[in-house]
Amino acid sequence: MKADRSSVAQQASAPLEVVSLVSLGQHPVSGRLRRAEQDARALELCLALERQSAPGAVSLSAWHASGSEIALGSEQDQALRGYLGMGLESLTLVTPNAPGAAPLKAVDQPVVDVWPLLVTRLKQAAPQLVVCGGQGETGEGSGLLPHLLAESLGWPLVEGIVAIESCDGAHLTALQALPRGQRRRLRVKLPALVSVDSAAPAARQSAFAQARRGELSTLASGELVHDAQAETFGVAPARKRPKRLKRIKATSARDRFKAAAAKAEGGGGKRLEGVSAEEGAAEILKLLREEGVLR
Amino acid sequence: MNDTILSVLIFTALALAALGAVKRIGLWRQGRADATSMSVGELIASLAKVPRRYGVDLHHVVARDRYMANTHVATGGGFVAAALLMVVVYGFGIDSAWLGVLLLLASGAMFGGALFVRRRRLDPPARLSRGPWMRLPKSLLVFSASLFVMSLSLVLPEGVGGMISGGILGLVLVAGIAWGLLEMIVGMTGGGSRITGPTKHAFAGALHLAFHRRPARFSTRDSAGIRDSALLPLDLTNPEAPLGVGKPSDFNWRQLLGFDACVQCGRCEAVCPAFAAGQPLNPKKLIQDMVVGMAGGSDAAYAGSPYPGDEPRRAPGQHGGGPQQTIVGASPHARPAAQAVDSDSQTVASGPIQMKAAPGAAGEATDGDKLIHEFKVLVEPETLWACTTCRACVEECPMMIEHVDAIVDMRRHMTLEQGATPGKGVEVLDNLIATDNPGGFALEARLHWAADLDLPRIAELQAAREAARDPRPVEALLWLGDGAFDMRNQRTLRAFVQVLRAARVDFAILGAEERDSGDVARRLGDEATFQSLATRNIATLSKYRFARIITCDPHSFHVLGREYAAFGGDYLVNHHTSYMNELLAAGRLSLDATRLATLGAVTWHDPCYLGRYNGEFEAPRSLLAALGLEVREMQRSGFRSRCCGGGGGAPVTDIPGKQRIPDMRMGDVRETGAEVVAVGCPQCTAMLEGVVAPAGEAEPQVLDLAELMARALVLEASTQGLATSTTQPTDAEVAA
Ligand code: SF4
Ligand code: SF4
Ligand code: SF4
Repeated sequence: MKADRSSVAQQASAPLEVVSLVSLGQHPVSGRLRRAEQDARALELCLALERQSAPGAVSLSAWHASGSEIALGSEQDQALRGYLGMGLESLTLVTPNAPGAAPLKAVDQPVVDVWPLLVTRLKQAAPQLVVCGGQGETGEGSGLLPHLLAESLGWPLVEGIVAIESCDGAHLTALQALPRGQRRRLRVKLPALVSVDSAAPAARQSAFAQARRGELSTLASGELVHDAQAETFGVAPARKRPKRLKRIKATSARDRFKAAAAKAEGGGGKRLEGVSAEEGAAEILKLLREEGVLR
Repeated sequence: MNDTILSVLIFTALALAALGAVKRIGLWRQGRADATSMSVGELIASLAKVPRRYGVDLHHVVARDRYMANTHVATGGGFVAAALLMVVVYGFGIDSAWLGVLLLLASGAMFGGALFVRRRRLDPPARLSRGPWMRLPKSLLVFSASLFVMSLSLVLPEGVGGMISGGILGLVLVAGIAWGLLEMIVGMTGGGSRITGPTKHAFAGALHLAFHRRPARFSTRDSAGIRDSALLPLDLTNPEAPLGVGKPSDFNWRQLLGFDACVQCGRCEAVCPAFAAGQPLNPKKLIQDMVVGMAGGSDAAYAGSPYPGDEPRRAPGQHGGGPQQTIVGASPHARPAAQAVDSDSQTVASGPIQMKAAPGAAGEATDGDKLIHEFKVLVEPETLWACTTCRACVEECPMMIEHVDAIVDMRRHMTLEQGATPGKGVEVLDNLIATDNPGGFALEARLHWAADLDLPRIAELQAAREAARDPRPVEALLWLGDGAFDMRNQRTLRAFVQVLRAARVDFAILGAEERDSGDVARRLGDEATFQSLATRNIATLSKYRFARIITCDPHSFHVLGREYAAFGGDYLVNHHTSYMNELLAAGRLSLDATRLATLGAVTWHDPCYLGRYNGEFEAPRSLLAALGLEVREMQRSGFRSRCCGGGGGAPVTDIPGKQRIPDMRMGDVRETGAEVVAVGCPQCTAMLEGVVAPAGEAEPQVLDLAELMARALVLEASTQGLATSTTQPTDAEVAA
């Protein structure tokens, strides 16, 4: 669709560049590759934004970073096409300059990751908004990616977004999910990175024909590098997290209901307003020490 | 003088009819062509089949309504004979007393028939359309009476005859005949105009019989017609071709011809469970909407029952379309197929509701397209999703129209192209894609209910036999179906295993290698997932040697037995009721009917996929007889059985209506006063057991035939050990 017939003011300027980062997902029961649940929700959010904006006001692209090439018809290809089926014409594969050529000699440091590629590519493309799922289903699935990207780009990161209400090129108004179904409206300065978790609306159905017709286009974007951070990780088998037991104080059904439905009470804590950045940081540090997070 | 007028009138009418015929054929040919085009020889051969197909197959359906069948023979037959004679006598002016007598007989018969048509129309049942159809008996009476009196002049002596055919009376008679010619001959094809009359069904119907898309339904001199009920495969090989039917011109031309043959008798409407439940579906209206779409225009002229519910929005006149316009409107999600993308941006509709004309979007704009601008959509999506694919409409349709094919074709477009499957359908399809079963379970979980039964896996059994150089194939492969994940159906399966063991059947299961058959995916329009499941299941089955497949699920039975053939899977498949009947007949089961003496009267609910789809009505009934049970048939049973609402993905798309289909079916059961409703389908069991009885009424028990059989089994000493292990938990569960 062409943008020329729109008269919206922001039309005059270049469209808002939005990038949706998508990864390979995996079904928890069958282990089969598919579109990742949270990434699909992130893309859904972008598609909704595109739809609610004037035609042409949003230019959406979806990227998948991959260390190797993806063969047509492979399981990876099929899984990524799940995103195309949501109504995208193409999906960009961000790959290293020589994919699959194993440029790394150091065998003792085998950890390479594609996220630095994404950083390079994002710096080049300079979109205003990057949206991704909070946690991947394959690979490490550590949920660190949005943080690593935000840190490297020096952008703000907002997590748990459930709706993008408006976006005017300089700011973004979005709803963030809080526990117990509460929502917080945020205004974020662009460029920014937002991540989406399972509180966001479910992704639309992926249509087979559209998935098949869509295009996966490869974009070489730099060299594969070591992931120094990941190399420092210790890997251990997963343990089930202990759950904190709830002491039930309520004696009647009514009390129990009230306790279940009550808002999380702030209790302690301090509201800081009009303080300088240093004072604020000092307060936060103090709290972290008190709580034993920092020692 | 009047003879000359008549002759001119006759030839004018015939010429107009021919003109209209050409136009009508053009409308049909907007549809997709066949894979291979027809030669002239085939064309003639097809046309030559019409008399037999009409006289035998079609009449077989019409004759279910004796009154109408006789009326139709008299009226229709009389008219055809009268019209032919009229052309000879008045058209070519060959008059003889003999021809006059024949003409008298023909028009007399027609008049007699028309009187009955008129009687039916005095207080027509709701399923019949009004509008021009209310005018028809008058036209018939006027025409036949005029012709009768006119032809008296041929037999009566010169003077009297001249008095009749000449003068004022003659003019009146000519006018009456002219009315009839306009209604019956010109109206048959519309004479080149857009308005056609009720007799269109004769023209389109005859050709539909000749070029029907499922020739196997018709009998030939040496074979009877079959219940050709397998859905036709969708060709998925070309990624650029739009899948399914998105606009009327996407139908195969034979389908368009079929829609045009609809005589608006409403028999389909009268049997449709979704219509009765107040869901927004009426198969007759749907077919008429397809005709509207094919010709272009609005549904304002439709004079039958609308889609139920939501009156103002569904009133006639609110919907319309054209041959090149999307039927359900653009999906909110869809990106149109490459060649459908239009350069001027007004094509792409913004939502499912408001859509604009798409001149030249794909193919050329036709007359039909030029007419439509203001209409929203031709059919609302809920209409298409309300269908349970029970095939009751197809079974009843005297014009042999294939409603289910059309509905599934349109669903295919919505699912595969638009990604617009409603309700829980998406979840079910996603699960099928990711886990090969609709519930998203691990495939090993399919066997949890049989942990203590030690069911033989065919892989192990075959390996053991090969090792022992035992050439025997397994006697029966038990296909468990997705009911195996459902606790209620697990009881049925245990009972059936008990029966198999008592009969010492050499059977085995696939175990975790079994996937969903693809039934639900296919009915929800996801042909891609269906074909993926089908090809993988066929690959699995090809590894093993077995004499036949048996299953307790009529849906799997139908899909494995009928629909896998197109993908290279040719098996002998038996529903468990047929198989048990066979075991019984072979003397491999002994029953003690007294054990069921306390059960009370029983009624049998024919599952559509067993009965109407595959013609098995006898086996369950003879089993019930062998069990010594008193069987009370429901009014709608056998080929007229009313669906339970569980087919076609209807429970997952869950389109709201005024009442629920299973409630109505349970009402049918209660009417018989039976205490037990015997079923043969996990889905029927679930639907019927989910019904809550009205206050103060006892709910009939829902029991699978396998359960009834298991209760009456007499075990020989040697099989005792084998069978008791299955008996105990079953009984405990039943008691619980
Ligand atoms: S198949 Fe059954 S539910 Fe569907 S339209 Fe026909 S009668 Fe109605
Ligand atoms: S039964 Fe057939 S001919 Fe009669 S109204 Fe229905 S579709 Fe038309
Ligand atoms: S569940 Fe039974 S009655 Fe219902 S649609 Fe299927 S076969 Fe027909």
